[in-house]
Amino acid sequence: MQTEFLEEARRQAEICNACRYCEGYCSVFPALHAERAFSDGDLTQLANLCHNCRGCYYACQYTAPHEFALNLPQALANVRQDSWEEFAFPRAAAHVFQKSGLRIALATVLGFALLILAMRAIASAGGNGFYAVMAHNTMVAIFLPAFLFPLLSIAISLRRYWRAVGAGPLRISDLRAGFAAAANMRDLKGGHGDGCNFEDEDRFSHARRFAHQAVMYGFLLCFAATSVATLMHYVLGMSAPYPFWSLPKLFGVSGGVLLSLGCIEMIRLKLKADPKLGASGATSGELGFVALLGFVSLSGLALYALGQTVLMPSLLALHLGAVLAFFLLTPFSKMVHGFYRLAALVADAQKKKG
Amino acid sequence: MKTVSPQPDIAVIGGGNAALCAAIAAAEAGARVVILETAPKPYRGGNSRHTRNFRCMHRGPLGPLTDSYTEEEYLADLMKVTGSKTDEGLARLAIRSSEACLPWMEAHGVRFQPSLSGTLSLARTNAFFLGGGKGLVNAYYRTAEALGVQVEYEAAVTHLEIDDDRVTHIEYTQTGETRRINPKSVVVASGGFQADTDWLARAWGPAAKNFLIRGTPYNRGIVLADLLGQGVEQVGDPTQCHAVAIDGRAPKFDGGIVTRLDCVPFSIVVNKNGERFYDEGEDVWPKRYAIWGRLVAAQPDQVGYVIIDAKSLELFMPSVFPPIKSETLEGLAVEMGLPPAALTKTVAEFNAACGDTSGFHPTELDGVSTTGITPPKTNWARPITDPPFYGYSLRTGVTFTYLGLKVDARAQCSIGDRPVSNLWAAGETMAGSILGQGYLAGFGMTIGTVFGRIAGKEAAAHAN
Repeated sequence: MQTEFLEEARRQAEICNACRYCEGYCSVFPALHAERAFSDGDLTQLANLCHNCRGCYYACQYTAPHEFALNLPQALANVRQDSWEEFAFPRAAAHVFQKSGLRIALATVLGFALLILAMRAIASAGGNGFYAVMAHNTMVAIFLPAFLFPLLSIAISLRRYWRAVGAGPLRISDLRAGFAAAANMRDLKGGHGDGCNFEDEDRFSHARRFAHQAVMYGFLLCFAATSVATLMHYVLGMSAPYPFWSLPKLFGVSGGVLLSLGCIEMIRLKLKADPKLGASGATSGELGFVALLGFVSLSGLALYALGQTVLMPSLLALHLGAVLAFFLLTPFSKMVHGFYRLAALVADAQKKKG
Repeated sequence: MKTVSPQPDIAVIGGGNAALCAAIAAAEAGARVVILETAPKPYRGGNSRHTRNFRCMHRGPLGPLTDSYTEEEYLADLMKVTGSKTDEGLARLAIRSSEACLPWMEAHGVRFQPSLSGTLSLARTNAFFLGGGKGLVNAYYRTAEALGVQVEYEAAVTHLEIDDDRVTHIEYTQTGETRRINPKSVVVASGGFQADTDWLARAWGPAAKNFLIRGTPYNRGIVLADLLGQGVEQVGDPTQCHAVAIDGRAPKFDGGIVTRLDCVPFSIVVNKNGERFYDEGEDVWPKRYAIWGRLVAAQPDQVGYVIIDAKSLELFMPSVFPPIKSETLEGLAVEMGLPPAALTKTVAEFNAACGDTSGFHPTELDGVSTTGITPPKTNWARPITDPPFYGYSLRTGVTFTYLGLKVDARAQCSIGDRPVSNLWAAGETMAGSILGQGYLAGFGMTIGTVFGRIAGKEAAAHAN
């Protein structure tokens, strides 16, 4: 990992450890105050625990122009961003995409092209709805590896992370604690329950937490829609298209709406927030990722709305192309933060219990 | 000279806790208020930026506070630290009013957190601000601005013109211009004079030039001097300041909480000649850090050197700067600029005077003491033997000055025995009325909140 990021985070953590005023904001500070010295692994764990709520920055009496020049949200964001690139498998892919919205966009366009090519080259042997454009087996042939590869890659990354931060064997109780903290975004509530400081300096608000919840639960609903549809297809022998009053549609439409709104709000907040409190040079990659995720959900909704029109084949190519790019980029884009965040919360629960 | 319009009803001079409480209270009473803060926005809030808690009387559990803390117990604590140098009437007023302040603070945006790690002894008596004093200051500025209070930064008040029994106008400079306002009421909440080291040196002696100032560089006492010069009644020992021993590498100003060093009880402390000068183990550190500010101030060059060995390194709160480290005492002496022979001799004599250390207990007065040396070390006396050896330098860090404006129970200032009809004072600038000497943790914020609110209400009542 980049030593200058670690050195800066260490310098700042040592100052924080002599102050302790921020103890109540989030999980980072009790974890920080439990150490006397900070190894690279400690800093990596603290960095991934940090949700970038920025409460500590605006409360800090040592921010610039003070000579201590504390900016813990950025110091930890830099270590965090760097850790995702360092632990990625393959590493080179993370270097290419993590910080570049442009490259994420290019990958998405490649996804479109690939889908259009596949539709042209492999003619559908007939079928209903989308399967008239692309056979079910063709879709599976493309998306099964595109789904399994990221899972494998992330599993390798998390194993690397788990070793680097010196965490022990997984326990069910720690997993439960980690998932609970993630499920309600406890660490974006600011300790007092007033929220975080993202869009308007020291004013607390829940805007980011709510937007993030919309994205997370929207995404999970969409994922549930696909999972249920897969089961219906293979176990019950019911193939798409499904009517509105069916689980895949109900999950998919509600999830798509939540996800779209959440992504739009996240982009709005990101553009209002002070970039100097986030990872250096990462804004483009972060915006690119949220835009891609938003495009996946919007194109999915458009496909549902216009599925009976002549636009359907083009929309299908765009939607599936974006989904393909999204899946393949998951380990190498901001999407991966969720997995690390969860791992950090689980490791934190483990350390707290000892 | 530029006359500012529209004219405010009330001018609050200062931008810390007391000023903000006064401005909010006055604005809520319907007055048009302007805050004249001499600092730029990033440094707004005076010494309140560096505070962390509020000492609060409570008859039962209240907010983050457990159990109860009665008026009598609170007053007894104050009497102990001030050696009874206080105005009991005002002290009781501050203490009694503190209970209602806590919910008021919460209603105006302040958020509390449980007692910080390492401060369990204060969990019953002191309510800690989430994020510390700057969090409180931010919340109050938001609240004040929502109430229509106008905030002027880098507005340095230079003069209050007093004619007979009233302030007729205020002059201040901002962006290179001199401006004048004629408010109906004025609240002074602009702190003490500790950041003016020339004034400190005149009051204390030339040694004060070597003192570090723990808080804001903007408390230069300009308004205080202006008012005292016009005969406004003063209170508090003009020559004294509250000072503690802090890390000698701290910045000249604004080092705040992180520059504290808690290692003295487990150390020996020598001066620049390598000689010990006081019992390092006289009492637990929270009860001795202020005395050490004075002890260090009395040493040559106003500096002390703390020496510990490996076995004591983790017995105290982590320091903001890492200690100087060496495998040998001679090496440590060289790195710290001390005479090696003198230091090794002092350590050898100290070590020889140590006895049975089996009763060593870092968090209690353990009675593990030296015999046969002067000065003795009466607790935690363990020989300095285990390398590596660690050292810190100690300097005197000034927290606040005692000289201030005398006020009555309505926070009003006076000339002779006549009140100045439209002048009130709150916070550090009048704290000398209650704190004759010493300090009680979190009491500065209590005085600021209580008298800030009183001053704001009185000023608004006068203006309306």
